[in-house]
Amino acid sequence: MTATLTRGAERIHAAFARAGAEGRAAFIPFMTAGYPTAEGFPAVADALLEQADLLEVGIPYSDPLGDGPTIQRASEQALAGGTSTRRTLALVRDLRARHDTPLVIMTYVNPIYAVGPREFMRLAAEAGVDGLILPDLPPDQDLEIADLAAEHGLAVTFLIAPTSTPERVKLVAEACTGFLYAVSVTGVTGAREGTALAEVPAMLALAREHARVPVAVGFGVKDAATARQVAAVADGVVVGSAFINAVREGQDVGALAAEIARGCRK
Amino acid sequence: MTSSASVTLPSYPQPDARGRFGRFGGRYVPETLIPALDELEAAYLAAKADPAFLQELDRLLREFVGRPSALYLAQRLTEHAGGAKIYLKREDQNYTGAHKINNCLAQALLAKRMGKRRVIAETGAGQHGVASATAAALLGLECIVYMGREDIRRQALNVFRMRLLGAEVREVTSGTQTLKDATNEAIRDWVTNVRDTFYILGSVVGPHPYPAMVRDFQSVIGEETKVQLQALEGRPAPDAIVACVGGGSNAIGIFAPYAYLPEDQRPRLIGTEAAGEGVDSGRHAASVAGGRVGVLHGSMMYLLNDSEGQIVPPHSVSAGLDYPGIGPEHCHYSETGVAEYVPITDAQALEALQLLTRLEGIIPALESAHAIYHAVQLARELGPEGVIVVNLSGRGDKDVAEVMRLLELEQPQGQRGEVRA
Repeated sequence: MTATLTRGAERIHAAFARAGAEGRAAFIPFMTAGYPTAEGFPAVADALLEQADLLEVGIPYSDPLGDGPTIQRASEQALAGGTSTRRTLALVRDLRARHDTPLVIMTYVNPIYAVGPREFMRLAAEAGVDGLILPDLPPDQDLEIADLAAEHGLAVTFLIAPTSTPERVKLVAEACTGFLYAVSVTGVTGAREGTALAEVPAMLALAREHARVPVAVGFGVKDAATARQVAAVADGVVVGSAFINAVREGQDVGALAAEIARGCRK
Repeated sequence: MTSSASVTLPSYPQPDARGRFGRFGGRYVPETLIPALDELEAAYLAAKADPAFLQELDRLLREFVGRPSALYLAQRLTEHAGGAKIYLKREDQNYTGAHKINNCLAQALLAKRMGKRRVIAETGAGQHGVASATAAALLGLECIVYMGREDIRRQALNVFRMRLLGAEVREVTSGTQTLKDATNEAIRDWVTNVRDTFYILGSVVGPHPYPAMVRDFQSVIGEETKVQLQALEGRPAPDAIVACVGGGSNAIGIFAPYAYLPEDQRPRLIGTEAAGEGVDSGRHAASVAGGRVGVLHGSMMYLLNDSEGQIVPPHSVSAGLDYPGIGPEHCHYSETGVAEYVPITDAQALEALQLLTRLEGIIPALESAHAIYHAVQLARELGPEGVIVVNLSGRGDKDVAEVMRLLELEQPQGQRGEVRA
């Protein structure tokens, strides 16, 4: 797999390398496409892209069982506003026209199957997507999706969790072509009270034995302080629910992103 | 059916090692759960091979649930239909009123064996929630039941029952506020508390090994039927078996012991899906007739979802069938022709409920009424030589208030009392 890196994988790895060269962990904000509205989304994404090394865009989905209430409600609102798979890809195409930062799509598998895996990859590649994050697809469930993604130049990211056995860490790490996503806590997405990152260092040490890609950590990272803790051990820091909360509460998303990005310095 | 050293659970050739029934099933879940599913699978296989576990389950099924349930010849219904003999497999006789208790007791025993003190469950109509709460009370486990706000409103009595049994009922306000979202919440709880929590899943859905395990625990229904029918009719298999399908656990329980027989020994297996206001109306829960292949709650199956993969909320008069998917083994049966799936509307189910009540003195659950309706049609088609078994999955107590409301809407002019069939 390392022999022929896809276009998406090269761009993603380069973004991590640039951040690393500057003594930072890559900053990877997440935003649900079409949130708060289809019209309001581009401005939010632009503000995040000012700071981001990669941007993660979520396809709003009716049954996001890996997500906590914050992202689920954002998805419901985006869906009610008419944003779905094809509209998400249109929003990404629009971002791609204005930004060179790598863009990765977070999606559950059902939207991929509904459109058809081959057609989905074609549309995503056309929109300028660099990679996919698949929270409900353990890599051994469907080998076709990763192959089709590669065929269309896209990288794939799978997840490991604190509960993952060494065998699972190896399997998942070897399947990732974009970056490896380590879930910091046993649970769903969401900003949490306190920090529970105790299990992260051991998990990352294990992951790095097998991963040929950068390793990012997400779930529960909500501010500069938690970002700094993660950045000390990871190549990248993913922050999602905190930005959705900020949008909902009318806070300055750009300022929050800048603050958390500063927290990603090593 | 009696206690002996040779109590066993059946073994079937499906699913494969990856949890697939043909192309259906699998494990589409967050990675966090994969080790727990591996652990569950190993624990289940060990329990299945352990005589002590099997004998304890067998004892509880007999002494606590009241098994075997009767196989009852519905004489007046048979006469009314004017064709094949119609037998009812009386799962409504089970303690707590439905087939759900078979699976809940077995899973709760397994939870205890695995050293888990906390169990969670999801429920729509409340039958699985009540059965889970009952099993947890019996075995001394902490129990949390997720239930949609809308279902809590519709099933207030069952909510009270669960609380009386010591369970905590957690209201789900996301999405459609019904079973689909209660299941999402239960899975989220499990993702978060997976190290000390056992998820008692209520149907033959979800990630592997649940569809296989729930089937095995429910197949006591079909195994009993074989023995009982042999005694009554001199043969283990009827000409046809009819059972309602939402997720499909009662149907798989009576189908599976026959489904893997050679074709010439296999009865017709017919699942009745909830067609609601009609498959063309868009307001239904008929996943085979009106769905497309997709993934929900960890499993690939026929699913009500739109062209971009968003789940379409189902509709059925019967809360227990009001689910947008159908178990992967049923999907495989459908695709390979082992079983047929026919849509039955709300109105037809309501009609059959009244018919069975008047003719046999049995008020069936609205779920089971879907199967009764089709059995009457099929009896005419098969003729007097035929034998049909209907799985009467549950009793109608929980539905009486809703049925009263619907019949009063339907017949405002003092016509109540006529049987329209």
